[in-house]
Amino acid sequence: MAAIVATYGRIRDQLRDYQQLAGQFFSGPGIFLLFLGLGLWALIGRTDAFVIGVVTGSVLALGAIGLTLLYGVLKFAHFAHGDSMMLAAYLAFFALTGVVVGERTDTELLPWTLSDLPAATKPILGLSFGYGLLIAMAIAGVIMAVLFVVLDRLVYRPLRRRGSGIVIFAIASLGIAIAMRSLMLIFWSSFGRFYVPGIRPTTDLPFGIRILTDQIFIFWSALVLAPLIYLILFRTRLGKAMRAMADNPDLALVSGINTDRIVIWTWVIGGALVGIAGVMLALQAQLKPELGFVLLLPLFASTILGGIGSPQGAFVGAMVIGITEEVAVTLGFLSPGYKFSVAFVILILMLFLRPRGLFGAKT
Amino acid sequence: MTTVLEASELVSGYGEVEILHGVSLRLGEGEIVAIIGPNGAGKSTFMKAVFGLLKVKSGTVHLAGEDVTGAGPERIVRKGMGYVPQSENVFPSLTIQENLEMGAFIRRNGLHQRLNEVYELFPDLALRPQLRAGKLSGGQRQMLALARALMLDPKVLLLDEPTASLAPKMVEDIFTTVRNINQNGVAILIVEQNAKEALSICQRAYVLASGYNRLEGTGPELLASEEVGKLYLGA
Repeated sequence: MAAIVATYGRIRDQLRDYQQLAGQFFSGPGIFLLFLGLGLWALIGRTDAFVIGVVTGSVLALGAIGLTLLYGVLKFAHFAHGDSMMLAAYLAFFALTGVVVGERTDTELLPWTLSDLPAATKPILGLSFGYGLLIAMAIAGVIMAVLFVVLDRLVYRPLRRRGSGIVIFAIASLGIAIAMRSLMLIFWSSFGRFYVPGIRPTTDLPFGIRILTDQIFIFWSALVLAPLIYLILFRTRLGKAMRAMADNPDLALVSGINTDRIVIWTWVIGGALVGIAGVMLALQAQLKPELGFVLLLPLFASTILGGIGSPQGAFVGAMVIGITEEVAVTLGFLSPGYKFSVAFVILILMLFLRPRGLFGAKT
Repeated sequence: MTTVLEASELVSGYGEVEILHGVSLRLGEGEIVAIIGPNGAGKSTFMKAVFGLLKVKSGTVHLAGEDVTGAGPERIVRKGMGYVPQSENVFPSLTIQENLEMGAFIRRNGLHQRLNEVYELFPDLALRPQLRAGKLSGGQRQMLALARALMLDPKVLLLDEPTASLAPKMVEDIFTTVRNINQNGVAILIVEQNAKEALSICQRAYVLASGYNRLEGTGPELLASEEVGKLYLGA
């Protein structure tokens, strides 16, 4: 009897050691290997879904980089991020076409639009759109940056001065999100629109995969912008100050850093990113007011998955979410309408195994 | 001796709660002055009020003859006063070098020269400038915090309990460093729990109690004073 108890105890201890080892493995290199393995499997076994997933991931990445930046520096969940992206997409649409919804049909409100520039709508680089949309995107980015700074002055700064908690900030941004969506519905109604109607040019990739040329453009935008934001954060004076503020705003203040100005710059960069991300979202899907809010959940999942405050994390997180969503649909048991639920499953798994995210700092 | 920092009849606190009821203090050029007193005496509060982190209800703060009462910390930093908070005084996810760069954020030129000067004062930090500050030990962090505050070449340095919760060996090192900094011409105002040690390195000291000035004198005088001994040194 005593021998059995002793053996049992030994086995239990051994088991506990194994569990601990497994825990360390899965919270450390294991989770990276897991995602890498799943990614490779998807790349080989479900190449079509993988490629579309990368495009979905690119749109998410552009949004998530801005979100993670705002979350890191300002320390609150910017619930208006998805709707801001869609609003930016509509602003670009307006700058390009001047169209708003009229009493019966659409009416052109502006006497002059970007489309009136010479050859502005003539497709470039085999894409579906001309350089006019790129200018429209830049204008949308500038307007969003200004709007974010104004909203910070009117809404968030008073809350900061009052020392409000993060829940108050989140609810305030949710209010702004709803206001933005209502404005989009008023001006452009709820039906879907496109920057360029009609059939869009495609590109053949190796292994017999054909995707829209626009989608390659979306992927490249994410691939260029993610390292750019990384360089800003880690190589420039402003970026270092933003990271310092994310670490410890009180110490930033006593170091002589003008924290108000850093907050403004954070919103400006966030607004510019939202401008680009929004246009890419509309290119990938369409212009539709409620699309922004739907995107919010995978956006937050990407941000948390990658580790809050880390642009490279947001990029990788977005890719994981994007690819998994698309690949999961091909497995057959999940209706495409439920694909956003995949983001939650990954998120829960991540919070369970490694709460700080893939690239998040230890706390 | 010229006065670099003078606070007179300072009244301040947190929100509605008044902690300081009129504290006065003078720091001369090149001096080390200590503030000692029991818990809740208002030592740290006094530092924060002087540095513009708390609202000053009445009284004045003069830095090198200029009235800086109510000026925000970022303006006071520009006038040549540095401040090292008691805790959370480094940026953990930034590297040592980046921490120092943040200390010199408002400096427009001569950053590299100043970095080298500060690294000379803190050779340990110069060994691994790319190490994240979060990986440093308590004592090393305190050194980095001191170094960060020196990046702007301040005339006056406010130190809030730099030796709190450090090992005795480290306490020794910190005091040696403080003395070195002082010998380079920086006037230092130091709040210390470690009263005996503080009194032995300072020229003069103030004893605060319940938000008022209680005593004032040179280090040796206060060390010998029976009242200080009874009240704060546990002798």
